[in-house]
Amino acid sequence: MATLDRTARSFLLTELVSGFMLTLRYMFKPKATINYPYERSPLSPRFRGEHALRRYPNGEERCIACKLCEAICPAQAITIEAEPREDGSRRTTRYDIDMTKCIYCGFCQEACPVDAIVEGPNTEFSTETREELLYDKDKLLANGDRWEAELAANLQADAAYR
Amino acid sequence: MLLQAIAFYVFAAVTVGSGAMVVVSRNPVYSVLFLILAFFNAAALFLLIGAEFIAMILVIVYVGAVAVLFLFVVMMLDINVAKIKEGFLDYLPIGAMIGAALLAEILFGLGVLGGTAGTVSTFSKAGTQALVLDNTRAIGRVLYTQYFYLFQVAGLVLLVAMIGAIVLTLRRRPGVRRQRVSEQLYRSKEAAITVVKVPTRGGVS
Amino acid sequence: MFTTVSTFLTTNWLGQAILILLECLAVTVPLLVAVAYMTYVDRKVWASIQLRRGPNVVGPFGLLQPFADGLKLVLKETIIPSSANSVLFIIAPMITFVTALVAWAVVPFNDGWVIADINVGILYLFAISSLGVYGIIMGGWASNSKYPFLGSLRSAAQMVSYEVSIGFVIITVLLCVGSLNLSQVVIAQAGWFWNWFWLPLLPMFVIFFVSALAETNRTPFDLPMSEAELVAGFHTEYSAMTFGLFFLGEYANMILLSAMGAVLFLGGWMSPIPYAPFTWVPGIIWFCLKIAMLLFVFSWTKGTLPRYRYDQLMRLGWKVFLPVSLGWVVLTAAVLQFGGWVPKH
Repeated sequence: MATLDRTARSFLLTELVSGFMLTLRYMFKPKATINYPYERSPLSPRFRGEHALRRYPNGEERCIACKLCEAICPAQAITIEAEPREDGSRRTTRYDIDMTKCIYCGFCQEACPVDAIVEGPNTEFSTETREELLYDKDKLLANGDRWEAELAANLQADAAYR
Repeated sequence: MLLQAIAFYVFAAVTVGSGAMVVVSRNPVYSVLFLILAFFNAAALFLLIGAEFIAMILVIVYVGAVAVLFLFVVMMLDINVAKIKEGFLDYLPIGAMIGAALLAEILFGLGVLGGTAGTVSTFSKAGTQALVLDNTRAIGRVLYTQYFYLFQVAGLVLLVAMIGAIVLTLRRRPGVRRQRVSEQLYRSKEAAITVVKVPTRGGVS
Repeated sequence: MFTTVSTFLTTNWLGQAILILLECLAVTVPLLVAVAYMTYVDRKVWASIQLRRGPNVVGPFGLLQPFADGLKLVLKETIIPSSANSVLFIIAPMITFVTALVAWAVVPFNDGWVIADINVGILYLFAISSLGVYGIIMGGWASNSKYPFLGSLRSAAQMVSYEVSIGFVIITVLLCVGSLNLSQVVIAQAGWFWNWFWLPLLPMFVIFFVSALAETNRTPFDLPMSEAELVAGFHTEYSAMTFGLFFLGEYANMILLSAMGAVLFLGGWMSPIPYAPFTWVPGIIWFCLKIAMLLFVFSWTKGTLPRYRYDQLMRLGWKVFLPVSLGWVVLTAAVLQFGGWVPKH
């Protein structure tokens, strides 16, 4: 009887039909994905995205050219050159990050004693040419100005755990 | 009528031309492709004389199945064309003689070369029948009544040929593990898994 | 005005030529639009089966997506690999595309709405659908590259195998109709929807549908272009519009086989209930609905089933479908003969 039952089932394609019914039910379930460019999922304050060089509220750049980030960068993506400015303070003349090398490990922002180099929440910085991904100091400072509100908020949110 | 004549000469020319290319072309894949073109144009010629059933069967059987298998085989062969064409001129006289003989037979059959036009009348009889019925039905009527036994015998011959081909190529190798689908499907839960209560730190022996 | 135009179109030979051209356009243009939207529907259906959203950015609900895709294909560069056989490489996608369109000449959209009402319509359809394989074989061979070649070999063997069972399915339907004319096939199915051949010949309908999946290289049988093993199978080397023609041809073929299924098994243009409010709906709408339904099952299948292994595919074709369909032909013939239901014409 069991054999008969199984034979009948295999000829009536019951397994196939039940599989089809399952996918049909799934068709009418609510979507699991979000409507990406218009809706976004929340990001952790620790999220490591595009780099930025921050400034103090008075407009002075934070970076003091200690080169700790350059030293710790495992991908050797950071290049820094520094000399004293007219007012005698030590500043970078060149601060480049090769974004094609960067592995977004976040060591640079951990190493930074003055919270100058940080990784922000931005992930949408794809470019049409490779050259555009070789960031220089102006680009990084511009990023810092653009994302300052978010960066400050993230640092604030994470400060308690450091 | 003029249109039909033009169509006939175009199709006929392409048939003959591609037939020649089958023999002449250096690459066997091109040969098969030209053969397909020839089949196709032959089907078009059948359509022109109103034999639509034969035309469609020609396309379905020869173009749709036989030539696909030809192509399948020829594509996989790594043929040195120059070597094959080496003896071409030696065989040319024999080939030409056979071709001429076949042509002569066809022409005699049609009564063009002296012979009586006896065979033509049988053709035309079939033609008049086709006027009454459509020609699919006409073929069916003849095939399944008058020529029934011959038709069956032809089928038997093909069956024997098929069985022969299978017998010749079938090898039974020992130690080959085949997939038995029905066995896999009929495997029950009981046969496949056993549920064991494993005591803590005891393991399964 | 109207009468002069109609007399010109029906009597003058030039007028007749124009009329035929118009008829062809009236079939081809909606068909191509249908192909475009079939790609959209496909993607939407798979997306919702996988709980995704699918294309929804280009135009409202992503409805302009097919045109964006088409534009992209047209604007891209056609690359012909340097080692390819360029003549065959170019011809192959054209063959796929043209054979998929040419077959529509005999499909009856409504009572009398058919470009060529020939009396061997089914055979014509079958013959043309068996030609589509040449585009694939030639494309794979002409690419002169291993993955396309393997794809085309698989395709050749697969199509030949499944054509056999489609042939037997067609023969079964022919036995019940007694004519090779597609309009006659539809007329023979007049009546309630359980009078259509899908119910009396249910196993054959299933076999037909599965073989149609194999003929169009759709999912459980998409070995000729299986991404996991063969990159993209026979169209690995194709780019831009040459690829576009393959793509269009494939989808047009799918719609064609759905139309064939609708004519052979789902009563063509007939309404499912042969009474007043349903019969007011034009037949072409019923026909399109039936095609759409079958096409939905095509996408649904792609969203549901995994790919067959090649030996399993051959086993299904030769060891299951062939004997079953052959047996059903004999059974149908016997039932018709001894039940006294042989169609008289």
